[in-house]
Amino acid sequence: MRSPQYSGLPAWVYVPAVAGAAFVLLPLLALMARVDWSQFISLITSESSVAALRLSLITASISTVACLVLGVPMAIVLVRTRFAGQSVLRSLVLLPMVLPPVVGGIALLYTFGRRGLLGEHLEVLGIQIAFSTAAVVLAQTFVSLPFLVVSLEGTLRTAGQRYDIVAATLGAKPTTVLRRVTLPLVLPGLASGAILAFARALGEFGATITFAGSLQGVTRTLPLEIYLQREVDPDAAVALSLVLVVVAVLVIGLVRGSRGQM
Amino acid sequence: MRRFLGAAAALALIGGLSACGGDGDNEASSEAETEQVTLTVFAAASLTSTFTELGERFEAENEGVSVEFNFAGSSDLVAQIQNGSPADVFASADEKNMEKATGDDLVEGEPTLFAANTLQIVTAPGNPKDIEGFEDLAAEDVTLVICAPEVPCGAATKEVEESSGVTLSPSSEESAVTDVLAKVTSGEADAGLVYVTDAVGAGDAVESISFPEAAEAVNDYPIAVLSDSEHGDVAQRFVDFVLGPMGQEVLGEAGFVQSE
Amino acid sequence: MTDTPALECEILLEERGVDLRLEVADGETVAVLGPNGAGKSTLLSTIAGTLRPDRGSARLGSETLFDVDTGGRGLWRQPHARGIALLAQDALLFPHLTVTENVAFGPRSRGVPRRAAREAARRWLDEVGAGEYAGRKPSQLSGGQAQRISVARALAAEPRLLLLDEPMAALDVTMVPSVRQMLRRVLADRTSVIVTHDVLDALLLADRVVVLEDGGVAEEGPTADVLARPRSTFGASIADVNLWPGTATKDGVRSTGGAEMHGAAHIAVDPGQPAIAAFAPRAVALYLEPPVGSPRNVLPARVRELEPRGATVRVRVDGPGGAEMSAEVTAGALAELGLVPGTEVFAVVKATEVTTYPA
Repeated sequence: MRSPQYSGLPAWVYVPAVAGAAFVLLPLLALMARVDWSQFISLITSESSVAALRLSLITASISTVACLVLGVPMAIVLVRTRFAGQSVLRSLVLLPMVLPPVVGGIALLYTFGRRGLLGEHLEVLGIQIAFSTAAVVLAQTFVSLPFLVVSLEGTLRTAGQRYDIVAATLGAKPTTVLRRVTLPLVLPGLASGAILAFARALGEFGATITFAGSLQGVTRTLPLEIYLQREVDPDAAVALSLVLVVVAVLVIGLVRGSRGQM
Repeated sequence: MRRFLGAAAALALIGGLSACGGDGDNEASSEAETEQVTLTVFAAASLTSTFTELGERFEAENEGVSVEFNFAGSSDLVAQIQNGSPADVFASADEKNMEKATGDDLVEGEPTLFAANTLQIVTAPGNPKDIEGFEDLAAEDVTLVICAPEVPCGAATKEVEESSGVTLSPSSEESAVTDVLAKVTSGEADAGLVYVTDAVGAGDAVESISFPEAAEAVNDYPIAVLSDSEHGDVAQRFVDFVLGPMGQEVLGEAGFVQSE
Repeated sequence: MTDTPALECEILLEERGVDLRLEVADGETVAVLGPNGAGKSTLLSTIAGTLRPDRGSARLGSETLFDVDTGGRGLWRQPHARGIALLAQDALLFPHLTVTENVAFGPRSRGVPRRAAREAARRWLDEVGAGEYAGRKPSQLSGGQAQRISVARALAAEPRLLLLDEPMAALDVTMVPSVRQMLRRVLADRTSVIVTHDVLDALLLADRVVVLEDGGVAEEGPTADVLARPRSTFGASIADVNLWPGTATKDGVRSTGGAEMHGAAHIAVDPGQPAIAAFAPRAVALYLEPPVGSPRNVLPARVRELEPRGATVRVRVDGPGGAEMSAEVTAGALAELGLVPGTEVFAVVKATEVTTYPA
């Protein structure tokens, strides 16, 4: 039990606070109320649903790894070094977080598309990204990377550099310091960043539909499947939505857990 | 604090208005029908440009009438009507969704078919893959994008496939015609299958190719007055206007054909 | 000890107003004293390699640590390649590693195999008297224990130079004496630089004292000389403490001359061990007649000299058995007592303000 503490809050604060909580929770309840439970299992285990869920989990996992590979060095460089234009770059890197995903999809199209900046040259090499699972991973990585970078940046700033300096004066080379001191120390932030990135990748819709297309088993992830099913089978769309909600709840729980360890 | 309360009051006000707004409007209009009538038309998204134009012309011919549109996917519109959205006229892009409305007794009388749409091939300008007919779409080196079978344009595509015996292997099955068009205009896809009206709307951004097999899948557009309409006579006048020479001319310019 | 300088450095940092030169002989421990902002930490950071000076050079033995001219260009050895360990105020033990893993960190970074590194770690833990904590995580240690282990970790890296930045400033006062004794043992034959603000650190750990003021060296010399005859303002301020060396008794320190100074016995020193009692001049009161009541420290003394310091006057007196001390007396009291050099007085030292330390 928590001991009663002086909160210092005016009573009226509770009104909008409760209204806000209801605003977030009611739609979820409404969704649950619409689920056709007798059909639930068969709806989420249909061939197209399973294919979409499988594709979503695979692509989101690959995207998360890609975010780690690219995002960890990015966060470290942003926190630990000083260079001209750094603050501008830092803001730009976060852009996909606030950009409408469809804009991200269009931007990716003009980069990796057939006539895009890089796509044109890849096409010559026989590599075609559009309409492939790789395009889904690109779209997901693009939108989730900032989540990992922001989360890790915060943890790195809080951790400071004192332990790294100690490690260096104990004779550890920079790579050893990074591997044995810096990264283990920010592990909680890294974990929650990776989980957030995974969740964002799993929910990605706009950039994917704009850039990757929609084909069962190849590019049609769970959100795209939900969007499509809504046309013909709203019950299936609702059931699949609930699956995504459950995954999201698990993700929030994991993030809370990893933050709690800090 | 004061600002916060103001905002809260405004929110409450909006909530209250939207909850009882329908009633207020209806009472006012039934008392003074000759003065001002607002007609609410729910129309399929593919009708956006034609119906907007028709609405303006209808307003010009009928003093005191203003037409408001709600353009969306036909299935969304039916769902909204089923959930009690106040509407006077419903124009659907397919008969299936109209049947949902008639099935729930939401329609006054019988729906009438006012236009039809057929499929057309669109390619990037210059038609780089030299596509001439439906069969060419099945070629291996053609990156093809079509609508998913779950949506009307995809269902039509499937019908053509089945009747012609040509099996397509698309790179993507989009949930909206606009997504198919976007992939062709951006050059990601070599070709796509869309409705004639969409191809016309895209203008020079694409090259359109008609093909005879399209006749196997004609998509008819039904229109009907809704039974909850408070101004059934004005609503019927609008439906007649769409079916009349002016309506058919505007629809024809956009690529629609007359329904049989 | 030889007179070959083991560390020689010269640094200039314009932004921080630091311009100084430091030499530390092979095996020598130098205490760097000075007010905040005098450049003490800047000096250590530069030697350790975490801060680049505008200009300067440093050599450790025959090896050049850095040699940079204007703008910081030139030779610059990375911190990990310098063989210099740095101990800070906080122990900064790696929280995700056990005590043993912490101490084995240096050897492992040098490429020592895991097993040998762990053995070395245990040896060093025993050396600092922390062998029993080997399996713990840093979060399960007190500040004093952590700092001991931090010392073991630094030593296990086998540094050629040890830098200590106020290593006892963050410790609970009850922990300080034992940690200081441990440092005294391990610093004995090591080339080391200790930044401190505690005169006892200088007295007990250092062979030589360097006083920094405003980014430069204000004075330097053997510890005893600087404390006895400070020439810089800061030197004078830290030397302003009465030290009473001798052997420990059950609640104080008996001077070599036989006079006993009773103290607040909250720091245990085994009787018979070398010890030192310290007390501030303001804890000393002077009387012409033996005071009434029964204060525990009453010592007959003779006034040697008077030194006005603003509103107060420092009175230096010779006590029994050659012990000397300073008393802080107000100008009014001085006039009332009529003190002049040669006056016989009774010095009363409040036992509650006397701290005893192992020496």
